[in-house]
Amino acid sequence: MYMFKYICKRIGLMIVTFTIIFVTCFVLVKLLPIDTSVGFGEDTSKIIAQFEARGYFDPIPEQFVRYIKRIIMDGDFGIGFQMPSYRGRPVWDVFIEKLPPTILINIYSSLFAVPIGIALGIFAALKKNKWQDHVISTAVMVFISVPSFVYASLLLYTLCFKLSLLPLSFSSFQHIIDTYPEKNFVYTPGTFNWHLYFNKEMFVSTLPAVFAMSFGSIAGYARFTRAELTEVLTSEFMLLARTKGLTKAQATTRHALRNAMVPIFPSIIGEFVSVLSGSLVIEKIFGIPGVGGLYLNAINSQDYDFFMMLSGFYLLVGLAAGLVIDLSYGVIDPRIRMGAK
Amino acid sequence: MKAQDYKISAEKFVFHSTGDNLHDKKLDTKPVTYFRDALNRFARNKASLAATVIIVFLVLFAIIGPWLTPYTVAYEDASYAYVLPKNPLFHKLGIPFWDGGQTKEVNKATYEQYRAIQQEIGRDVIMNEPKITESVYMGKTSELYKFRLDTYNAVGVKYVLLDTAQYQALQAYQDEKGVQVILPITDPKQRPEAEQDKTNANIWYQTKLGAGRKTTTVYDNNGNFIPIYLPNDGTDLYTSKMYWEGDTKLYNYAEPKAGDIWNVRVDYREYYIYQHYLAGDGITEPLHILGANNAGKDLFVCLSSGARFSFILAIIVASVNLFVGAIYGSIEGYYGGKIDLIMERIVDLLASIPFMIVITLLKYHFNVSHVIILFISFFLTGWTGMAGRTRMQFYRFKNQEYVLVARTLGARDRRIMFKHIFPNAIGTLITSSVLVIPGVIFSETSLSYLGIINLSTGSMTSVGTLLATGQNYLFTYPHMILWPSLFISLLMLSFNLFGNGLRDAFNPSLRGTEE
Repeated sequence: MYMFKYICKRIGLMIVTFTIIFVTCFVLVKLLPIDTSVGFGEDTSKIIAQFEARGYFDPIPEQFVRYIKRIIMDGDFGIGFQMPSYRGRPVWDVFIEKLPPTILINIYSSLFAVPIGIALGIFAALKKNKWQDHVISTAVMVFISVPSFVYASLLLYTLCFKLSLLPLSFSSFQHIIDTYPEKNFVYTPGTFNWHLYFNKEMFVSTLPAVFAMSFGSIAGYARFTRAELTEVLTSEFMLLARTKGLTKAQATTRHALRNAMVPIFPSIIGEFVSVLSGSLVIEKIFGIPGVGGLYLNAINSQDYDFFMMLSGFYLLVGLAAGLVIDLSYGVIDPRIRMGAK
Repeated sequence: MKAQDYKISAEKFVFHSTGDNLHDKKLDTKPVTYFRDALNRFARNKASLAATVIIVFLVLFAIIGPWLTPYTVAYEDASYAYVLPKNPLFHKLGIPFWDGGQTKEVNKATYEQYRAIQQEIGRDVIMNEPKITESVYMGKTSELYKFRLDTYNAVGVKYVLLDTAQYQALQAYQDEKGVQVILPITDPKQRPEAEQDKTNANIWYQTKLGAGRKTTTVYDNNGNFIPIYLPNDGTDLYTSKMYWEGDTKLYNYAEPKAGDIWNVRVDYREYYIYQHYLAGDGITEPLHILGANNAGKDLFVCLSSGARFSFILAIIVASVNLFVGAIYGSIEGYYGGKIDLIMERIVDLLASIPFMIVITLLKYHFNVSHVIILFISFFLTGWTGMAGRTRMQFYRFKNQEYVLVARTLGARDRRIMFKHIFPNAIGTLITSSVLVIPGVIFSETSLSYLGIINLSTGSMTSVGTLLATGQNYLFTYPHMILWPSLFISLLMLSFNLFGNGLRDAFNPSLRGTEE
């Protein structure tokens, strides 16, 4: 009951924060001038009429109410205008299409990073202050510090370009459809198109990005696990476990690891929530047609409908990840009573 | 057995010493202050010390780097675009590394072009004996030449348009210095027919139009190039004593164009030296120690100016955040209660706005320099962390006895806050302010790398901009991305190690645990 109340309070706070930021953002975007310049051979009056029909020139509160109503009633987040490839397309459809690559890359990299990172961390903690620990700790320090775009470039140059082990760019839909003609793949605009992602060709083409993303997380998990586990290993209940006759391996797996996992597990959960948001830098370097790339594109070409929707999305994912991490502490370890006085 | 069972007679008790007054012994050792102790512990951490050395080196690079080279960020020469890093020492010793050379594997036609340049300018373009391999491509056998190309000398010869005065000044310079800058002009009728090669001054030999409208070299019977210089007819106003071949003037050295303009073929390296001799800017030869980028800007000066900009921005952001955050946090922490609750909600709100949204909206709304936008958005989202830290320290210390004493003695709130409580927080705040610096540099780099902000205006550049341009030439000219990557990696690594050391040093509970 106590927990339930706390969760409700946190969710309520999150909604308030989200609303304030989102409304501010909406108003600030609506205060901007609308760019009605058109390409050669197009009619300006047509564009203005289009904007007028969508109510772009009405008072801002009226526009806001309509915006929210459209989202709730029709799932309509507006239409793309500035980016040539998405001009006139519903924002939501484009967003849906861009989601799978982002999610997949993040999930692959987490699946790769979590076990390796934790294993390295455990190994380093068990070999504390021996050469294995020093090697791992140094590598962890390097990988945590070096920015991801540096590894990304390094990977791209060595593995993909010089050694040609991995493809240089992300496979396009057309390429997948052409590679597997027997499967009769069809690309449907405005849907997830999940079926196009689960094949060898596509998987291999995600690998460079997955590696580049996972190095940093592996190092992060290894450092975290090592720090937690070394602390637990020196605690008194470990001594007790050994005195009552458990072997070192038994004591470590049954007592130390479980306790060390308490702070590690929430961060893993947090990572899985934020798989949606992805990484702008990685998506840019590897040319992944994901949400990050779309956001960047929308920012640089000043496409306001896309900008509003994606900003709201990123904001929501960020807030939700923070909330889930906080709550999972309480769920995993009942001793921690969140928000207790 | 009970305690009173022991009976000790009174005479068994003797005074330890009589007469003298007893004093505590004076301590022989010097007292260790908090900062002294922190410094000692920091100095014992080897990794942090090494990191400090690297940081000092990087800061020095940023401060004095731009003065170490005669180039400026604004200077560019497209002829020397993409040249590779060159250390004159390595070049002189012939070490095939960092000598401005690039290992190339090209077909025979391209190789012959480089050989022609070498023959024309009389300096090494091909730095070693080429390794010839046969390659079969689509049933056709062709020879591939693998060799080291001097990217500086490969520029070779260029056409420049000069008016008569400039042309004569250049001739005077030739006579004065005794160098051949102007080379004989080629016969316009015999220049290559292929459209793309018509203005290529490096083709001084006879060519014909080969298959696929490509320029093909014509050799004489001995396999040598056949020069197509324009024979001397005395119309070129060439009065210099420097002659290309022998003591007599065999060829024309300039070609009149409409108006008062002469088309002159110059050895570009010598012409470059001449131009900088005129400008007097201290550049004595084309030499880019870290190479040049796609526009022909010197990467050393770009990187060090970018680093300088990043450091200045980061230090300003860190100090402004520290200042505002400390005041805000002090008020929150000291007064507590309702004031704290309201102020804390504001902080929560600000801290949860994604940085990307702040910077984008600022960019859309204000048409000012991106430096200002960057600074404002770092400030808007950055000071909350400092405020939180100060608040924590205030909560820890505000109910301690000495604060109560001060209050009882009638000290005003402001005095208690900044004279009595705040000094306790300084250690933590300074540590975290220092660690803000790499964070700011990293964000700035990422943002300009992503192209969200553009900090490169003619005379200014940033590390992120260099990375972003370098990315486009990753496969062809990796040196362009190598140096900024190396800089940012070293910076992040050393600041992380430094920060760890600082954090441990300022943590008194770790005292004596290392031994």
